[in-house]
Amino acid sequence: MSILTEAQAKAILDKVLALSKADECTASLSGSIDGNIRFALNNVSTSGIVSNTDLAVQVAFGKRTGVATINEFDDAALERVVRRAEDLARLAPENPEFMPAVEKQTYKPSPTFSESTAAITPEFRAQVAADSIGPCKAEKLIAAGFLEDGQSFVAFANSKGNFGYQKATAFNYTCTVRTEDGRGSGWVGRNLKDASAFKADSDIRTAMRKASESAEAKALEPGKYTVILEPAAAAGLISFMMNFFDARQADEGRSFLSKKGGGNKLGEQVYDPRVNISADPWHPGAEVMPWDNEGLPREKMPIVENGKVVNLEYSRFWAQKQGKRATGSPGNLLFAGGTKSTAELVAGTQKGILVTRTWYIRMVDPQTVLLTGLTRDGTFYIENGQIKHPVKNFRFNESPVIMLNNIEELGKPVRVAGDESSFVMMIPPMKLRDFTFTSLSDAV
Amino acid sequence: MQRRDFLALTGLTVGGLMVPSYFGKAIAAEQLQSTLDVAFKKRLADAALAAAKQAGATYCDVRIGRYLRQFVITREDKVQNVVNTESTGAGIRVIANGAWGFAATNTLTAEGVAAAARQAAAIATANSKTQTAPVQLAKAPGFGEVSWKTPIKKNAMEVPIKDKVDLLLGVNAAAINAGADFVNSMMFVVNEQKYFASTDGSFIDQDVHRLWVPMTVTAIDKASGKFRTRDGLSSPVGMGYEYLDGDASQKYTTPNGVINYGLSYDMKEDAIASARQARAKLAAPSVKPGKYDLVLDPSHTWLTIHESVGHPLELDRVLGYEANYAGTSFATLDKREARFQYGSEQVNLFADKTQPGSLGAVGYDDEGVKTKRWDLVSAGKLVDYQTIRDQAHILGKTESDGCCYADSWSSVQFQRMANVSLAAGKTKLSVADMVKDVENGIYIIGDGSFSIDQQRYNAQFGGQLFYEIKNGKITQQIEDVAYQIRTPEFWNACTAVCDESDYRLGGSFFDGKGQPGQVSAVSHGSSTARFNGINVINTARSLG
Repeated sequence: MSILTEAQAKAILDKVLALSKADECTASLSGSIDGNIRFALNNVSTSGIVSNTDLAVQVAFGKRTGVATINEFDDAALERVVRRAEDLARLAPENPEFMPAVEKQTYKPSPTFSESTAAITPEFRAQVAADSIGPCKAEKLIAAGFLEDGQSFVAFANSKGNFGYQKATAFNYTCTVRTEDGRGSGWVGRNLKDASAFKADSDIRTAMRKASESAEAKALEPGKYTVILEPAAAAGLISFMMNFFDARQADEGRSFLSKKGGGNKLGEQVYDPRVNISADPWHPGAEVMPWDNEGLPREKMPIVENGKVVNLEYSRFWAQKQGKRATGSPGNLLFAGGTKSTAELVAGTQKGILVTRTWYIRMVDPQTVLLTGLTRDGTFYIENGQIKHPVKNFRFNESPVIMLNNIEELGKPVRVAGDESSFVMMIPPMKLRDFTFTSLSDAV
Repeated sequence: MQRRDFLALTGLTVGGLMVPSYFGKAIAAEQLQSTLDVAFKKRLADAALAAAKQAGATYCDVRIGRYLRQFVITREDKVQNVVNTESTGAGIRVIANGAWGFAATNTLTAEGVAAAARQAAAIATANSKTQTAPVQLAKAPGFGEVSWKTPIKKNAMEVPIKDKVDLLLGVNAAAINAGADFVNSMMFVVNEQKYFASTDGSFIDQDVHRLWVPMTVTAIDKASGKFRTRDGLSSPVGMGYEYLDGDASQKYTTPNGVINYGLSYDMKEDAIASARQARAKLAAPSVKPGKYDLVLDPSHTWLTIHESVGHPLELDRVLGYEANYAGTSFATLDKREARFQYGSEQVNLFADKTQPGSLGAVGYDDEGVKTKRWDLVSAGKLVDYQTIRDQAHILGKTESDGCCYADSWSSVQFQRMANVSLAAGKTKLSVADMVKDVENGIYIIGDGSFSIDQQRYNAQFGGQLFYEIKNGKITQQIEDVAYQIRTPEFWNACTAVCDESDYRLGGSFFDGKGQPGQVSAVSHGSSTARFNGINVINTARSLG
């Protein structure tokens, strides 16, 4: 039952819309089958499969709305969920910011589904664990990792005739490898649409190498350094900042994109002119659904162009109030870069620090998007284009806004998603000057 | 709970298709007041236990859960969302061939749960093929048919939505009238109706209640483009709606007049204070970085305890089971053997799953172990960790500490943090007397930004309110304060803890752990405590 075809989904949604007596009705049906395997201390610890299908019904009487959900789909159940949503709507206070259901839209499908990922079996997962653990055991290293994969569909319809249906797959693998004495730690992560591109027995070598090479870490004084952030290390900082591109927050005066005296910084130079960030739900390798949570079509659009903020996110309510056009909220972020790999950026660096990964990133001051967090799983000192030695981990206090005004060079973007970013991202390794480390950490 | 799920709830997608499916089915308010019949649950449990044994299980536990949640979300004069959710089903865990297996179902019939029990046994048998050592389960007595209920006075689920909306909108109006530009306030109500049965002979019916009313007040200075927020000083609690009565005996006023709260909250009073203090932050001078003696209010210290004591003393982290996600721990087993000096002699840290009003209080944990209190750090020395039944033997213990929890019937239970607290000082000491002795210090109230490394050494904490202390006097409100610590140095710098009369709980509603991730709710108590010579940084930056 979990994955319905378009025709099956539409049949259920049509019944729901016909049952509703409210002024308007929106129904959304989604289902998924997710599998996972977890291992630690070179042993499989847990594995499982979870499948689920849910129907959500939202109705409105004037400006009063109610939401109810159910996971049964016979006629009586459908009737029950619609009546329940209607009852809640009658009890609800009026929402002065109520927006009517979206009009009928035309969606251009995006290729978010991969047959090979959907076909993953428990044996495949067990093999991934074995291929991760085996090489580590052979070299007296200790692996702890997690693979989660799944297939899903979403379908929705409303009383204005709008309808959408699409399937998707997801695949996220992470593995932390530590030396037996606990003095070295490495990490590798792969987030893919197509699982056939994944090779655990070769990817695990990245984490193994970083674990072994990070074991003899020396302490450097905290301070401002030129850094090379690997894509996974940069993604957490950048995606954190992108959550604050909301026009309403900026217009209300409570965002780093608010302007002194009122208004927002749309159209202003906020970053180095080499910063270009865009969204495109059809971008090869970073495909996402062609609609957002409200059913608005996503578009290919620039967000930051040559360092200028050219698009802020307007909710439908705020767009109407400000006389703007509401567009679908982006699901991916494409951060443009150059052609060099991380290794090539290292080769061109006189003195600097290479950061594999950032961790426990939290907001310190929303006024400047000052973030704090730590490096982990492989931090290295670079001299004359060579990695000289591992260094102890640092705590940083840095704003991505300041960071993106201190660019030395951007490398070639790669896909990062899942644990390291709330968006599907294409993001380059970044060479940045004056990155602020404020203390040392003894953690490995 | 992941942050993005939380944002989805707080109205970023109001009017949209997003519903918090994480919490299960959305239901009508009146359904939040009913419970499942105990006899019905026992019949299901008996069917599952019998099926598991027949399938070769040497141990089986069955959890039949009904998890109810209500969210009321407002800003200024608007209700952004009211959501009621329910999730009901059964999770069955077995040991077969010395390995764990788990399966869950929402088909609550004898046949449905028996099938899940057989599936769990089959998974256990399959898992046993790669397992290097069999599970060793510490003994737990069978308690027969027993029950436990959070000692609430007023079930928050029974309070009409209108009353909750009226309260929050009244709070918001009070903040706006007192000078706030914006205010967001919410009410989260949780009721976990959990039935546990095991082949050890326990049939435990529990009714667990929790409540949280977070609030954020924003003040803006348009001319300078500056904005500041002040979060409410309430705590999430294991209580009923009586927490919102604003009982005067539960108010704790600081020497400079800031009102903190114990097991009763006056939300409107705090909203008015929030508005005034948020506005005062706009004009407050920026801290000069350097070493300070910190005086930490319990509304702040709970989070420092949580991150730097609660997490590193979870035995699964210590052993390496969380290495790929939450991390490991600096507090390795050899440190317990050596009675490692975790803190100064003033520092006594204990775990307690029975504290009234706490989020972690239950009668029995999610594997049928009766809850208790025990010491983790005594007179500064590391003495113990937090365990569950299959870990106790690693420490040479014969019984579990009762730290097992699952956030849903469909999640497999595992080791979660107990309420971990700093014991009050044994000598009589008030906050006023503590402040009198401080020459160059900062008084911190409320929790703010927090970040800690994966072994729990290096941490950084902010707060809500910062006051400069000069020569024994609280002088002025200051801003841009964060302090950085190395865990053992920090706890060894603790020179005084106020007495029992200042002891209060803080806590987290959404502590995340595990892959796939699960949340749990946990409280941490303390009295106001002093830490000498702590490194304070200035967090102000300029974007030009």
